[in-house]
Amino acid sequence: MGLLLFELALTFYFAATIVGIIELFKGSKITSRIIVMLAAIGFVLHTLCIVYRYVDAGHIPITNAHEATSFFAWCIVLIFFILQVRYRVVLLSSFIMPVVFILMLLSSMVPREIKPLSPVLQSSWLGIHTVFAFLGNAAFALAFCIGVMYLVQEHYVKSKNLGGLFGRLPSLQILDEINYRLIKMGFPLLTLAIITGALWAESAWGSYWNWDAREVWSLITWFIYAIVIHARLVAGWRGRRAALLSIVGFLTILIAFFGIKLLRKGLHVFL
Amino acid sequence: MRVLVVGLNHKVADVDVREKLAFDGPKLLEGLMRFKELPEVHEAVILSTCNRVELYANVHDKEKAAESIREFLAEFHNIKRTSLDKALYMFDDIDAVKHVFRVASSLDSMIVGEPQILGQLKEAFELALEKKTTGVLLNKVMKKAISVAKRVRTETRIAENAVSISFAAVELARKIFIDLSKRACMLLGAGEMAELAARHLITNGVKEVMVANRTYERSCDLAKEFNGRPVKFDAFIDEMVHADIVICSTGAPDYIVRKNEMQKVMKERKQRQVFLIDISVPRNIDPEINGLDNVYLYNIDDLQGVVNANMFERQREAEKAEKIVQEEIETFIKWQASLDSVPTIKALRERAEEMKKEELDRLLNKVAGLGEKEREAIEYMATALMNKLIHPPTAALKDSSEDKESLVALVRKLYGIDEE
Repeated sequence: MGLLLFELALTFYFAATIVGIIELFKGSKITSRIIVMLAAIGFVLHTLCIVYRYVDAGHIPITNAHEATSFFAWCIVLIFFILQVRYRVVLLSSFIMPVVFILMLLSSMVPREIKPLSPVLQSSWLGIHTVFAFLGNAAFALAFCIGVMYLVQEHYVKSKNLGGLFGRLPSLQILDEINYRLIKMGFPLLTLAIITGALWAESAWGSYWNWDAREVWSLITWFIYAIVIHARLVAGWRGRRAALLSIVGFLTILIAFFGIKLLRKGLHVFL
Repeated sequence: MRVLVVGLNHKVADVDVREKLAFDGPKLLEGLMRFKELPEVHEAVILSTCNRVELYANVHDKEKAAESIREFLAEFHNIKRTSLDKALYMFDDIDAVKHVFRVASSLDSMIVGEPQILGQLKEAFELALEKKTTGVLLNKVMKKAISVAKRVRTETRIAENAVSISFAAVELARKIFIDLSKRACMLLGAGEMAELAARHLITNGVKEVMVANRTYERSCDLAKEFNGRPVKFDAFIDEMVHADIVICSTGAPDYIVRKNEMQKVMKERKQRQVFLIDISVPRNIDPEINGLDNVYLYNIDDLQGVVNANMFERQREAEKAEKIVQEEIETFIKWQASLDSVPTIKALRERAEEMKKEELDRLLNKVAGLGEKEREAIEYMATALMNKLIHPPTAALKDSSEDKESLVALVRKLYGIDEE
């Protein structure tokens, strides 16, 4: 059942990705509506899948690579829909649905069975720390996509070549505003994730900070986003620079997430 | 029964001819009523805009009708026939329908894709409906033309991009800013095009307008006109901090905004996006400024480039629109053809009813002593038999799309309809 829900969600995300690519090149009101519908159905199935697994395992299902990647994808779609309420930038889906689909595909390729939790993970911090971390990172992932969209749109306006996606992309200021909003959403979440992580580390290993690779990269990421917010408030770094910084920020997150996973070193081995 | 279009447009007639022929104000109603009264004209619609004057009619004999329409135009507008005949074009039957569809879809307009024509066509049709000058054919043509135009508008992007410099400026502003109603615009210098651009921005939401001109009185006048505020020309750089959109069109021989000045402005603005439009020749804003972050500078050639690209795009969309018109023409032809078989179907049914009545009367007279029940049963059977017999030819007449004319002829011959 859980497996079926997962596969169905994957299928709907795939369909949304395909329509999203069509939307990019030959969009209309109909394709926009179809994407939102497909993504919404995928999201509901995905949510059910996570709930089912939660009930099945008896703890929050973010304990291995399969679950983590899937949950990350879920967070991205969640924030996408939250954004839609206010901004209705459907074209964003053309940029994020491929990411969501690839994450789900990666998630489907690693072992899925529910294993007994290692003693370190048997803590109420598990749910709190991971949910903060993943929601924060998902907000940054979307800020990354919005940043890319900003750079594309700005390129059209600056170069005075208004072909291609110019007509379909939203205005520069809207993209800039969404970008900032996402970072303002992601930064406190990341901060909370680091704090709860430290508290958890203290209760599990007896020390708040162990300088393990994940911790260090998270701190670097935290500094980057702190700079983004600070530079914007003080020096008015908005527009292109803000977009570039949000792209750099997310790339560091990717290194923290996948790079360290590949190295398989440090205390965060379980994820 | 066929559609006839007689008229002229911007392509064949200069404005001095068009204005003489225009049905403006009270002339329209009077003209329409007299047009409808012409002996050859069964239905009538007049479309009169600044770019075209066209008379749509339902006629039998196109030559006679066209002649009487020409005569009517010459007499009504008091123009010599010779000069009139040279300018007028005429479309007949399907060509006429196609012409109306193309006009409604703005494919025949001076600026292809401009949206006003559809509204004008609707008005012309509404007047005709109100005055009852139309019937089955023109009602169908006009309604269909309106729906074709809507289809073209939704299925192609023919009207999507700006094709004038001032609209291109508005289009760009929309792609830079969130909400134009919260943006301030500054007009530096004046000039027809700059004022037009400012006006378009205002109609699209911009509320705050600053005007700086070399002569302060002129600034005040313009500011009044735009409901804005005048700014001293030598202080405009300081005020630029508050302006999101700057339209520059002074007669200055050199740059009046330089890069280092703009950098200062941007710093004070906290890097909020600025859209600079330099319509002046020679240019008044240092082109290097476009290299600054969050500053977007367009000069007259840049805007013209945008317009040209959009025009090209429109042309491509117009080709798609022509295909849609062609498709719709085909469905129209089918409708028209089915209309032809309607009298045949009606005649067939009448003929059958007649036969049924004859035979029933004869039978009921011959056989005596039938009760009410039996009579009803016999009548019921006769009706059922008749309906069954005429159903297949009726269905064939309604459905067939090919070779309708010969089918109609065949049915008439087989059932002896033409003998009457």
